Amino acid sequence: MAFQNKKSSARPAGNRLLIKGGKVVNDDQSFYADIYVEDGIIKQMGESLLVPGGGFQTVEAYGQLVFPGGIDANTSLFSPQRGQQPADDLQRGTRAALCGGTTTILDHVLVEPGTSLLTAFQQWRDMAEQKACCDFSAHLDITRWHNGLTEEVEALVKDQGVNSFLFFMSYKDRYQSSDSQLYEAFGVLRDLGAIAQVHAENGDIIEEEQKKLLCLGITGPEGHVLSHPEEVETEAVYRAITIAKQANCPLYVTKVMSKSAADIIAKARKKGMVVYGEPITAGLATDGSHYWSKDWATAAAFVMSPPLNPDPSTPQSLVSLLACGDLQVTSSAQASFSTAQKAVGKDDFTLIPEGASGIEERLSVVWDRGVCSGKMDENEFVAVTSTNAAKLFNMYPRKGRIAVGSDADLVVWNPKESRTVSAKTHNLSLEVNILEGLEFRGVPSVVICGGRVVLQDGKLNVSEGSGRFVNRKAFPDTVYKRIRARSKMAEARGVPRGNYDGPVHDVISMTKSVPPTPTTRGPPCPKTQTSLRNLHQSGFTLAGGQVDDHLPQRSSQRVMAPPGGCSSFSSLS
Amino acid sequence: MSDCRRQWNREDELPVYLAGPIPTGPNQRKTYGMFSSVEGAFESKSIDFDNYAVGRKGIRTPRSGSRERVLDAGDPVGKTSSEAREGSLTNSPGDTDDQQAGVEVRYSSGKESPNEESERLLIKGGRVVNDDQSLYADVYIENGLIKQVGENLVVPGGVKVIEANGRMVIPGGIDANTCLMKPYLGTPPADDFLQGTKAALAGGTTMIIDHVTPEPGESLLQAFECWQEAADKKACCDYSLHVDIPQWDENVKDELELLVQEKGINSFQVYMAYKDTYQMTDSELYEVFSFLKQLGAVVLVHAENGDLIAQEQKKILGMGITGPEGHPLSRPEELEAEAVFRAITLGNRVNCPIYITKVMSKSAADTIAQARRKGYIVFGEPITASLVTDGSHYWSKNWAKAAAYVTSPPLSPDPTTPDHLNTLLACGDLQVVGSAHCAYSTSQKAIGKDDFTLIPEGTNGVEERMGFVWDKAVAMGKMDENQFVAVTSTNAAKIFNLYPRKGRIAVGSDADIVIWDPNSTKTITAKLQQSASEYNIFEGMECRGGPALVLSHGRVVYEEGKVQAQQGTGRFIPRQHFPDYVYQRIKVRNQAKNQQGVIRGLYDGPVYDVVPTQTYITPSPSARTSPTSHQPPPIRNLHQSNFSLSGSQIDDIVPRRSGQRIVAPPGGRSNITSLG
Repeated sequence: MAFQNKKSSARPAGNRLLIKGGKVVNDDQSFYADIYVEDGIIKQMGESLLVPGGGFQTVEAYGQLVFPGGIDANTSLFSPQRGQQPADDLQRGTRAALCGGTTTILDHVLVEPGTSLLTAFQQWRDMAEQKACCDFSAHLDITRWHNGLTEEVEALVKDQGVNSFLFFMSYKDRYQSSDSQLYEAFGVLRDLGAIAQVHAENGDIIEEEQKKLLCLGITGPEGHVLSHPEEVETEAVYRAITIAKQANCPLYVTKVMSKSAADIIAKARKKGMVVYGEPITAGLATDGSHYWSKDWATAAAFVMSPPLNPDPSTPQSLVSLLACGDLQVTSSAQASFSTAQKAVGKDDFTLIPEGASGIEERLSVVWDRGVCSGKMDENEFVAVTSTNAAKLFNMYPRKGRIAVGSDADLVVWNPKESRTVSAKTHNLSLEVNILEGLEFRGVPSVVICGGRVVLQDGKLNVSEGSGRFVNRKAFPDTVYKRIRARSKMAEARGVPRGNYDGPVHDVISMTKSVPPTPTTRGPPCPKTQTSLRNLHQSGFTLAGGQVDDHLPQRSSQRVMAPPGGCSSFSSLS
Repeated sequence: MSDCRRQWNREDELPVYLAGPIPTGPNQRKTYGMFSSVEGAFESKSIDFDNYAVGRKGIRTPRSGSRERVLDAGDPVGKTSSEAREGSLTNSPGDTDDQQAGVEVRYSSGKESPNEESERLLIKGGRVVNDDQSLYADVYIENGLIKQVGENLVVPGGVKVIEANGRMVIPGGIDANTCLMKPYLGTPPADDFLQGTKAALAGGTTMIIDHVTPEPGESLLQAFECWQEAADKKACCDYSLHVDIPQWDENVKDELELLVQEKGINSFQVYMAYKDTYQMTDSELYEVFSFLKQLGAVVLVHAENGDLIAQEQKKILGMGITGPEGHPLSRPEELEAEAVFRAITLGNRVNCPIYITKVMSKSAADTIAQARRKGYIVFGEPITASLVTDGSHYWSKNWAKAAAYVTSPPLSPDPTTPDHLNTLLACGDLQVVGSAHCAYSTSQKAIGKDDFTLIPEGTNGVEERMGFVWDKAVAMGKMDENQFVAVTSTNAAKIFNLYPRKGRIAVGSDADIVIWDPNSTKTITAKLQQSASEYNIFEGMECRGGPALVLSHGRVVYEEGKVQAQQGTGRFIPRQHFPDYVYQRIKVRNQAKNQQGVIRGLYDGPVYDVVPTQTYITPSPSARTSPTSHQPPPIRNLHQSNFSLSGSQIDDIVPRRSGQRIVAPPGGRSNITSLG
């Protein structure tokens, strides 16, 4: 927090702003109000505000909507893939974000196996402090879970303000986690109050499919989508949900790209599981038919994991689920690689770096596909683009809401205008935009980030390094209220019963010949030693109180233990 | 006569099996009256039903029925071949023995020839029920094969005649899942091949398919031979074997090939549970599936998520729960459903048929049903225990009782599960009923008295299997008799390529036949069972329906509650690969699913220079990932390859290759940004 103060004081004092005449849209209601902003915080809201003194800037928003600034819950602006840095770094990426109405990003920090989480996080943070133009926070991508990481994770959650961690179920032999690892990690995260995220694809199947396709001579980008079929995603989503259910840990599935995966999430939610799904810009706007494009560069630009679904009805379906609340958060999954970078895989689709743009178009896509089509209203729009993410990742109500005391991250939205996406006009360095030529209604006319107007009249006015790190506390209420209650409920209890006093098959000699079995069926539990109480002796040697002293059966037990007594154990209680 | 008609009408109005106690004996034919056609409906039809002699018998049914009423205690149903079809009234009294109606064995007039009694047999007056239709027909058996099916059969003299008295004559049951020799910590189960097959016969099952369970590291072939040897000595009914694959390596591949090609095995089980012993990773499963598909075998999957079970077991032992209730607590239903989902996904990716053994929970069964609706080739096998009882008994105060129920996947604690599984079985979403019979004695179970993970897993069920399917499904009105035959026998025969030798009553099929009595009731108890285990998990339950007489290989092996089987008479039945029922669709899909790449011009733009680093290909130590050498083929340097590699290349067929050297300007970007 000290850090934050330093930042805000570094800003020019008297940064005062009045947004007039707009319709304020939150996720629960819309109303007409003016907003007065001072020092990056919303100070007053209402009609005919009494603003002290003069010298403030006025933004006219008549006839337009004022949203809380968008929160992009999934970007990768710093994570290298196969040794290549993304073409758009934190500076260019956040610039594009602001241009599209997104004022906060949650960036993924990929921690290579064997690297310290804290070091990787610090490195990323230093870079972000220097470069980011909008507020930022981080998810950590843990590529190899082992119990030794518990301390680092704890430090990150408690001291560094990171409360979400991503695990890969894909990328075999590089990043993939096994079910056991996921279960253990989920347990740790639950105890710390963090959110588990998964990249859900079955890496084992993908690898086998990739081998097969390469053998068939398919080396182009279409091999990517062929080797990442929809059901592989669905399977992993199902498995992740099962594991999270067992561990009683909240789960956030990143990049929901197919109908069936989204349906699995929706069904699990109907069964009461704490699981969230995140479709991305590309998945909401376009489909996977482009992988078969004759132009290699175009086809390669679409390569991402999970891939866009070839089924053309997928975007519609995902938008519908988003509108009805079965999916909750939209993000961009921005990870841009230039055509030259993608061309590393020109002879082998498995080497094409994965990722596409979307950070800039996200709000417009959701507006056009969701609100203009009549599927969702403006309040739901705010929920899926900003508020839900803020709630899940514990930034609410500082972010994701227009209220007195919240950060002055605001977007003045012009629903009447439209724009056509093109690689020539976007703010990224990419040569290909996957949404090239598509027209989207709804454009941000003014964007205010931290109380400063960064976009007005189509002009960007950002300064590198002006973004602040957003500290996120553990145990977000939206997520953890239910988890806590369930932890109390879920305690299993054993059945108190008398000791078994029948004959026991003798296996001592046999265990030697079959050594693997005792270790495998469970932990080589030390309990067996203590609990194998010899009843014939116990009456004499164990004088103190026993665990099962309170059981009524016990007193009679010594009496009815004839050496070969079968009578008592075959009788049914 | 008016009296007769009145009675007949009353019968007509009765719902088949729901209408309380059903009259026994000769009336049996009439009880099907509800579904038989209007009296005389066929009489004016001139279709030649000679091949289906039953058609005519059907016409006569009401009449013979009414006649039986008149004759009451008589036994007119058994008619010799010389009898006229119509107007048998006068003849029949001559045939009557003074027995009450029931299944009876006698010899045809005069020529008693005891030597041939096992060779030639005639089952008279029964209703032959196959999975597709039921018909009245006599069945003539010679040398263990069905020689004739029909009416008015011409048979040589001196045959043994079995009067079925209108009872159902069904193909003998096939139990597709037993473990009669699966050792636990070196000790065999209480029921070996002798006891187990005797129990099977007593329940109307005339063939079992047993699981060969080699330990990890053991040779599959040796294990198979060991099992075969034991079974040849002891089994009283025909048997075949599934082989479980405990681990995956090159040796196993060779052995599998041998087993399929030469030993007549076409089904293999893989495990998704039992971490660190039998469990396979998804990659291994993918390879196994691909391999077995090429061999034309059926893959059986034990579907539970072993990783999570191991974790849950640790947790539950840590909480101090050591009793049998820890077993279901550590193996919740979700883990079964998850693994089933994963197995089906893998199977569909590989395009390989999957058979899920032991479907124990509603959600697992629903997952299978949904997948079948999407066209996936998957079969589900509920077992006797899951169709009859639920998992509430794990919480029994009696340790021995609770432990007797321990099996994997566990019985679901949800009491509506059996009903649901029976419903899915009846509608065809689940296909085969197994028993997963693997009976350990209580003293063997007691090895795990202080740690539930050590309790050997397995329940009884081979003897009760057919009876309970009848009781829970047919007698409840969920299933008809044909579907009953399908799920207890025919479907298994089809899936495992025993059909039509087994699983059907037809000329040329093996004479494994059960005369089924739907009216018998018995109360299950360990005291009266054939199995050697001391505890029966169905203890005290009443079961309607049971075999009256069982023929195995043309010999009477069970009659009047007594098993008369001889040790070692069971034969090994080899099974051919590529069962049609399963593989026809697979073969077509193989062709239909052919994937093709896009033919496009060569990318000629700049390529980012990557310094090859090896750091990110480090194999993960985790259990699921095998450190296989899987590195993608290195990028071939095309500028060099044209000179040095003069032979034919893998990608010679790809047309773009020839143009490669021409269009490569150093900074040429014109091509890349244009959208195709």
